[in-house]
Amino acid sequence: MSDFLSIDNVSQIFGPNLTTGEKIAAKLGGKVETRSVRAVSDVTLSVRKGETLGLVGESGCGKSTLGRLIAGILPPTSGKVVIGGAPVMKNGSKVTTRVQTVFQDPFASLDPRMKVGNTVAEGPIAHTLTTKSEAPSYVASWFERVGLDPVWVDRYPHQFSGGQRQRIAIARALAMQPDVLICDEPVASLDVSIQAQIINLFLELTRDLGLTSVFISHDLSVVQHVSDRVAVMYLGRIVELGPVAQVFGEPAHPYTAALFGSVPKLVLDAEELVHFDTIEGEVPSPLSPPSGCYYHPRCPLATQTCGATQPVMQQISDLRAVACHHFEKQQADAISG
Amino acid sequence: MSETVLSVKNLRTHFFTRAGVLKAVDGVSFDLAKGEIMGLVGESGSGKTVTGFSLLGLVDAPGRIVEGSIKLNGTELTTLSDVALRSRRGREISMIFQDPIATLNPMLTIGQQMKLAIDAHERLGNRAAEIRAAELLTQVGIPSAAARLRAYPHEFSGGMRQRVAIAIALLHRPSVIVADEPTTALDVSIQAQILFQMRDLARETGTAMIWISHDLAVVSSLASKLAVMYAGRIVEQGQTATLLRDPRHPYTAGLIASLPATAKPGAPLTQIRGTTPSLLSLPPGCAFAPRCDRATDRCSTEPNMTVQDSRGWRCFYPVSQRDEVSA
Repeated sequence: MSDFLSIDNVSQIFGPNLTTGEKIAAKLGGKVETRSVRAVSDVTLSVRKGETLGLVGESGCGKSTLGRLIAGILPPTSGKVVIGGAPVMKNGSKVTTRVQTVFQDPFASLDPRMKVGNTVAEGPIAHTLTTKSEAPSYVASWFERVGLDPVWVDRYPHQFSGGQRQRIAIARALAMQPDVLICDEPVASLDVSIQAQIINLFLELTRDLGLTSVFISHDLSVVQHVSDRVAVMYLGRIVELGPVAQVFGEPAHPYTAALFGSVPKLVLDAEELVHFDTIEGEVPSPLSPPSGCYYHPRCPLATQTCGATQPVMQQISDLRAVACHHFEKQQADAISG
Repeated sequence: MSETVLSVKNLRTHFFTRAGVLKAVDGVSFDLAKGEIMGLVGESGSGKTVTGFSLLGLVDAPGRIVEGSIKLNGTELTTLSDVALRSRRGREISMIFQDPIATLNPMLTIGQQMKLAIDAHERLGNRAAEIRAAELLTQVGIPSAAARLRAYPHEFSGGMRQRVAIAIALLHRPSVIVADEPTTALDVSIQAQILFQMRDLARETGTAMIWISHDLAVVSSLASKLAVMYAGRIVEQGQTATLLRDPRHPYTAGLIASLPATAKPGAPLTQIRGTTPSLLSLPPGCAFAPRCDRATDRCSTEPNMTVQDSRGWRCFYPVSQRDEVSA
C-alpha cells in the first residue's frame, strides 16, 4: 500500500511578534522575550489510504499544532504536507479541500448566529460541491449520515447538546467530501456515555467512506480503540511510531512506557488499590528545551549520551520506529552479543 | 468500620429559577469514615458538584438546601448560621476545585495566600505560619518549598498550582476534603503523581475525601467506595471493586461498558442511547428510564434504594452477573 498522506520534515516555529521598539529594546539588553518555540520539530510521517493514525502526547507536546499543519490551517515554517501527490499549501495558503478538521470544542467551532444547516452548506456551495438550490437536500443527506434529524437544519447551535453539536461539526467536515479527516480531541469535551456514540460514528464513517484520518487525543484508551497506528509526541518531536497493538503492548521509548504506565486503569478485579507508575518531574518549557534527548531529565535510563546528542528516529522493525539512544544501545548489544 | 466523620441524609438542593425548579440534588445519602476516600461519579449536570458545594454551604441563590441533614463530626451543618459555618469551612471541611488558575489569587504570593488561610482559623506568627506552609508544600511534593512561598501563582505550572491548592486545603488538617475534579485539567503524568500522593495523604492524615469525577478509571484507582449519580440522585453505591465488577444499575453497567478500555480495539462500543435529560424536564420516576433497555411502565414510579450487603441501587430491574451469562 502506498502512502497517501505524507508529512515531510515539517517544523513549526512560533516566534515573538516584536514591535520595532521591542526589537531595539532587545538589542540594548532590555527584558524582551526573544526566544521562539519550536512547537513541531522535523516531523516526518506517512499515512496510508484508509488508515487512522493516532497522535498522543501531553498538553504542549505539539499534537494539535501538527494537526493544524496537516489540515493546512497553519503554514509550516519548513517542510511540506502532501495528500495524494498534491501539496496542501502553496505560497502560504491552503489550496485543497481534501483535508477537513473536526475540532475539540463544538461550542466554539460552530457559529452561534448561523443556522446549523447553513453552517454545513456554506463550504460545499463555495466550492461548488453542490448548488444553492440543491443544498438543502445535500445537507439533509449528511445530517442523516451523522445521525441527526434533517428537520433540525433550521435550528441554531445553542439548541443542541454537546454530542449533537459534535455530530454537526462532523457533518460540516464530511460535506466537503474530504479524503483526509483531522480529528483534534473530538470527544474530550463530551460525557462518557456520549463519547461512545461519537467514537462509534467515527469508526463507522471512516470505514464506510474510506477516509484517511489523523486522530489527536490525550486519552490513550480512545486512541488505542480507534487507531491503526499511533505516533507518540514529546515537546514537538515524535519519539515513537508503530502499530497500536505493538506500541501499547510493548512500548520501545521510555517516555511511551511511562506515559502508558501513568494512565489510571479501570480496576475491576483488585480488592486492594493498585500502585501505578508515575513519571518524575514535569514537561520542560518548550522555550528552553533541554539539550540532547528532550526526555532525558525525566528518564530513568538517561546516560551522558542522552544529555549530549539528540537521538534520531530509527526503524526498529518494518512498521515501528523510535528515537532513543537507549534503544540503539540495546540493539547494538543484541547484535554483538 | 471506623468512626463516621460525615453523614449525609436525604440531601436535597434545589435551584428556584424563572424557568422552574431545578432539582440539582434530590435525595442524596451517604456516610464517610475517617480516612476513607469516596468517589462521586456522574456526567455533567448529574449534581455531583452541587452535592460538594452543599456540603460546604457554598450554594448561592437561587439555589438552597431544601431538605436533608449533613452531620460533620456530629454537628448538623444545614442549620448553622453563616458565621458558625465559616468557622468550620477550611478547618473541618475544605474543598479543592477543578481549575487551579481560578482558585489562587494572582496578585498574592503563595506564602501570602497560605498565611491568609491560616489566619482565618488560627493565631500564628509570621515565622510559624511560614514553617507550616512550607511543611505542607513539601508534603504535596513541591521542591524547595520555603523559597517557592515567595513565588506568584503564574510562576507555577498547572500541576504545581493544583498542589498548592491541595496544600491550602490541608492546612488545618480537616476531617473531610471535597475534591471537585482536581486532576481533570492536568496531564496524565501529573495526574498520576497527584492521585498517588492524595491516596497516601488520606492514609497518613486520616482525612476523609470525596473525590468528584466523571472518570471511572481515575476513581477506581483511588477510592475505596463509589457513588454513581444520575440526574440529581445516587443511583448506585457500594465498594468500588464490587460495584465496577458487578454493577446492578443499568446506568452504571452502561457507563462501564461504554469505556473504550473495556472493548476490543476497533469494535463498536456499547453505547447508552439518547442524551442526559434536562433537570427542568425530568421524566416521572426513574430519570434513566427513557434511555434504559430494561425499563417498563413500572419505572414511571420512583424506585427506592435497594440495600444489600453494604451496597445499594435504585432500580426495579437490576443487572446481575447471572443475567449476562444467560443473555
